[in-house]
Amino acid sequence: MDFNEAAGTNPIDQTRVVGHAHDRVDGPLKVSGRATYAYEFHNEAPDAAYGYMLGAGIGKGRIEALDTAAAEAAPGVLLVLTHRNAPEQGKKGKGSARAQMASAEVRNFDDPVAFVVAESFEQAREAAHMIRVRYVTEPGRFDLVAERGNAKKPEPKGSTLADTAVGDFEAGFAAAPVQLDVTYTTPDQSHAMIEPHATLAIWHCDRLTVYTSNQMPNWAQHGLASILQMEPTDVRVISRYIGGGFGSKLFVYGDIIITAMAARKLQRPVKMALTRPQIFNHTSHRPATIQRLRIGATPDGAITAIGHEVWCGNQEGGTFETAANQTRLLYAGKHRMTSHRLAVLDLPVGNAMRAPGEAVGLMALECAVDELAERLRMDPIELRVMNDTQFDPETGPERPFSSRKFVECLRTGADRFGWAKRNPKPGQMRDGHWLIGIGVAGAIRENLTMKSAARVTLDPQGQVIVESSMTDIGTGTYTVHAQIAAEMMGVPMERVIVHMGDTDMPEAAGSGGSWGANSSGSGVYAACDKLRRVLAQKAGFNADDVVFAGGKLSQGNRSVTLESLADPQGLSVEAEIDFGDLTKRYAQASFGAHFCEVGVDLATAEVRVRRLMSVAAAGRILNPKTARSQCIGGMTMGIGAALMEQCVVDTRHGYFVNHDLAEYHVPVHADIPDMDVIFLEELDDKSSPLKAKGIGELGICGVGAAVANAVYNACGVRIRDYPLTLDKILPHLPPMV
Amino acid sequence: MNRFDYIRPATVSEAVAAASVPGSAYLAAGTNLIDLMKGGVVRPERLVDVSHLPGLDGIEHFPDGGLRIGALVRNADLAHDADFAARFPAVAEALLSGASPQLRNAATVGGNLLQRTRCAYFYDVASACNKRTPGAGCDARGGQTRLQAVLGWSEACIATHPSDFCVPLVALDAIVEIEGRSGRRDVPLESFYRLPGDTPERESVLEAGELILAVRLPGTAAAFAGHARYLKVRDRTSYAFAIVSAAAALQIESGRILQARLALGGVALKPWRTRAAEDSMAGEITGPDTFRRAADIALADAQPSGDNAFKIELARRIVVRALSQAAVGTPKRMPALPASPFAAVSGAITYV
Ligand SMILES: Cc1cc2nc3c(=O)[nH]c(=O)nc-3n(C[C@H](O)[C@H](O)[C@H](O)COP(=O)(O)OP(=O)(O)OC[C@H]3O[C@@H](n4cnc5c(N)ncnc54)[C@H](O)[C@@H]3O)c2cc1C
Ligand code: SF4
Repeated sequence: MDFNEAAGTNPIDQTRVVGHAHDRVDGPLKVSGRATYAYEFHNEAPDAAYGYMLGAGIGKGRIEALDTAAAEAAPGVLLVLTHRNAPEQGKKGKGSARAQMASAEVRNFDDPVAFVVAESFEQAREAAHMIRVRYVTEPGRFDLVAERGNAKKPEPKGSTLADTAVGDFEAGFAAAPVQLDVTYTTPDQSHAMIEPHATLAIWHCDRLTVYTSNQMPNWAQHGLASILQMEPTDVRVISRYIGGGFGSKLFVYGDIIITAMAARKLQRPVKMALTRPQIFNHTSHRPATIQRLRIGATPDGAITAIGHEVWCGNQEGGTFETAANQTRLLYAGKHRMTSHRLAVLDLPVGNAMRAPGEAVGLMALECAVDELAERLRMDPIELRVMNDTQFDPETGPERPFSSRKFVECLRTGADRFGWAKRNPKPGQMRDGHWLIGIGVAGAIRENLTMKSAARVTLDPQGQVIVESSMTDIGTGTYTVHAQIAAEMMGVPMERVIVHMGDTDMPEAAGSGGSWGANSSGSGVYAACDKLRRVLAQKAGFNADDVVFAGGKLSQGNRSVTLESLADPQGLSVEAEIDFGDLTKRYAQASFGAHFCEVGVDLATAEVRVRRLMSVAAAGRILNPKTARSQCIGGMTMGIGAALMEQCVVDTRHGYFVNHDLAEYHVPVHADIPDMDVIFLEELDDKSSPLKAKGIGELGICGVGAAVANAVYNACGVRIRDYPLTLDKILPHLPPMV
Repeated sequence: MNRFDYIRPATVSEAVAAASVPGSAYLAAGTNLIDLMKGGVVRPERLVDVSHLPGLDGIEHFPDGGLRIGALVRNADLAHDADFAARFPAVAEALLSGASPQLRNAATVGGNLLQRTRCAYFYDVASACNKRTPGAGCDARGGQTRLQAVLGWSEACIATHPSDFCVPLVALDAIVEIEGRSGRRDVPLESFYRLPGDTPERESVLEAGELILAVRLPGTAAAFAGHARYLKVRDRTSYAFAIVSAAAALQIESGRILQARLALGGVALKPWRTRAAEDSMAGEITGPDTFRRAADIALADAQPSGDNAFKIELARRIVVRALSQAAVGTPKRMPALPASPFAAVSGAITYV
């Protein structure tokens, strides 16, 4: 099915099932421990051997001497794989998979040096500890601040250009009566999901099956095939349940590749999981940024010039953090420029983490807007409303937004949160030894779509089976697929069975960039639409006005049960949704606004969030319950980003020092107050037949800035270096009284 | 796999004999030791599991108000013992501010005293650490120093002792009962730990094979029950080690301080009692001036060991707040967020 024109009325609009809060269909399996995660496919490989990866203990250099004799002789050890005996590998493939242990070179800390396979996990780990490695250390580039001057203009990241410019920014800014020029920094962050990267690899002759934890099974399939020099059709990737990803499982890392190589060598299933420290240093992280914002405005608050420059770092060939992206779309302004510069760093590889670009970009932009509002003596909401735009400000009115309720989000939130009670002058509200502050920030997240296929089968019992390679990374996709199929086929949710996470099934969009539910759900829609036509024809109905309801299809006063139309072996159809150029013709994004109240302790500078409310407009909310969970999860991560999350770089040795969950702080329950999420009614007919937009990342976008703006309002201290830990605020507080 | 002997002795003397063999380590709940073994940070050849030894898991009360806490008493059990918490509220508060409920349910008194530093370089075997490998160097110097010591550190080691429990204990004159091959001895907790000096690998006065049997609190320490607090500043509300913490206990009569106790956590390689600051408060009236002076004295010798000068000012402030809150009086009920500098409310919420 091609999606080239705005969607008309379709069966989803009935909203008998879609649009209602449903519990997650996979919930009982998860809470009872029966959902099988990558490391738990015991029945599929009862004889699996256990692997343990030894990562490099230096940031850059090479292995000079490697003594594996003791490890090889250790009890239970079956194989010690190193660069000396690793098989030849193909070129870097899709999903960023790159050859592992291909040479003595160490490209980053925890780059694999050896992989020990043994009969038990404990034997493998102990033998790995017996390996003696001598390195030649080379000076590495580990410090973004130091490398900023060497940053270069990078290649486009997909369709995202490094630079954009409209009008004459420099002149426009210079001429602006009110000018703001501020620089913000954000640190490296780790996804810190619960389930580690883990893989079980099984070979059947020359066919490989990997059970792994990956958000994009088809990318993994192709990437793995390229590295292992195989046909993609000979690689099957299964990721049925994923214990969180946030982007860290979009791509292929050592666990998948090395486990597959070892299993092939041993002719025996092998499994392994990365240790928590390895997750921090071997896989990806959200790269640190330095962001300079320049905004020029008229005294009454109209933005005339807006410039956003970003510096970040990554390994050679790595991509840049698109932190200026939202600045291209969020506010009006005649003279505009954005730019990204990328320095080469020898730190672990940087890559997507929940809302790459916007999550950190808004932490700078939405604070800068707050600073501008103060300079203008304007209410920060009024300033945002005044500079709202209903079209892509870089392109012009010919590219309107498909839907944009940014102003409504701000207004609704202001009303519900009690914004009017805020004192614009900082430091005026007290509660005991708390200084109280209120802050706001806008949210925008680009709406991405990806083509996506699905197979729908009507079985003779009248059950509807939905299959695709889609993944559910804890977001609720199983449930949303069931809702869509139930809606389309006119059956209750209990009559729908959803299978996913298997590349033997039709290729779906995968989970990333908030495109999951909208795109893959549209794939299910397309397949169901096809099945409806086939069934109508079989029943002898004129396809256009058949009603599917109550397990029957009817026209006029004639009706036929679904099961009577299924063949004995079931009736299957497959279809794919293909998104045309609507995203080119229309700017598409989800919008929101966050309202935050914090307390800053007058003496200790501890910051605690007291209230957080988000208003979101993201098209049709397919399942308000799972959507709310996504928002709350994003808001929680936003609080973490504002107040505590940070991979601490040791710039001498080139690694993240705080590489476990005791030292890399994410918010705990006690950090999270009651949170409120309000969805505005919206249907976006240019986004998909579901009229939904992405929601999974919107919740994090802008939260950090709302918190930081509230901190400023509380105590008058503006910290432009995230996270806002107490050591940065303390020196600016008054002496203790 | 890592081959080590595992011994489960039936009596204290068997345990001591077994652990006197070089390369041995006592295993209590293992919440710290097992983690360190998994990471290859410590590699004992022999584990002597004391968790089943009889007679070490009780709390004995003495007529003078003092008590004796067996080394195997769980952190949570101790904190929730009503008699104990009534007499030593700051100690209970400190216990409940540590780790998570799951860890507190497992962790023992002896293990808490002897938990190792959380210095990240100590935990990472790829880094140089004098404590892990004497003479190897200290990667923390010039590296990540935000949370490192500001008192009592040396060129060889700038780490801190992470225990919350020990901070009020040291303020209240706790005694450690130790059993070794040459018999039993008592050591005040204050002199139980060693500062790093040139030998950061030697952390306490324990000799090979010596076992902690119990911790005693004297009856005189219960006299502070009416005015005792433990406050802990953290990077998040719960489940985080102290950036700095303070235990403050006062005896007050008509607005005047008869006796004061003050100890700091998170600032040194041991719980840091500061007697000069205590003495400065004796006979003074309670109030900001007295408390500020005490804080200045307590931190007079503090020196940043890197990028952590903020801890000195933070410590001063938390001392003043802890003393002020102690002066107001111990809350009738355990605060909902124990040891939170900002959670003034006593609550019915469970501890996090
Ligand atoms: C994630 C995490 C967070 C934590 N947060 C905090 C916190 O905020 N505050 C805090 O105070 N603590 C915290 N802890 C530490 C926790 O309190 C300790 O791990 C625990 O108290 C250790 O007790 P255990 O019985 O498990 O000791 P074990 O791990 O069994 O032993 C620890 C050490 O003590 C020795 N030992 C044990 N018993 C005896 C004995 N009777 N005689 C002689 N030697 C003995 C062992 O040989 C070992 O060296 C945290 C721990 C973790 C894992
Ligand atoms: S500070 Fe102490 S524990 Fe930390 S690395 Fe240095 S010597 Fe080791």
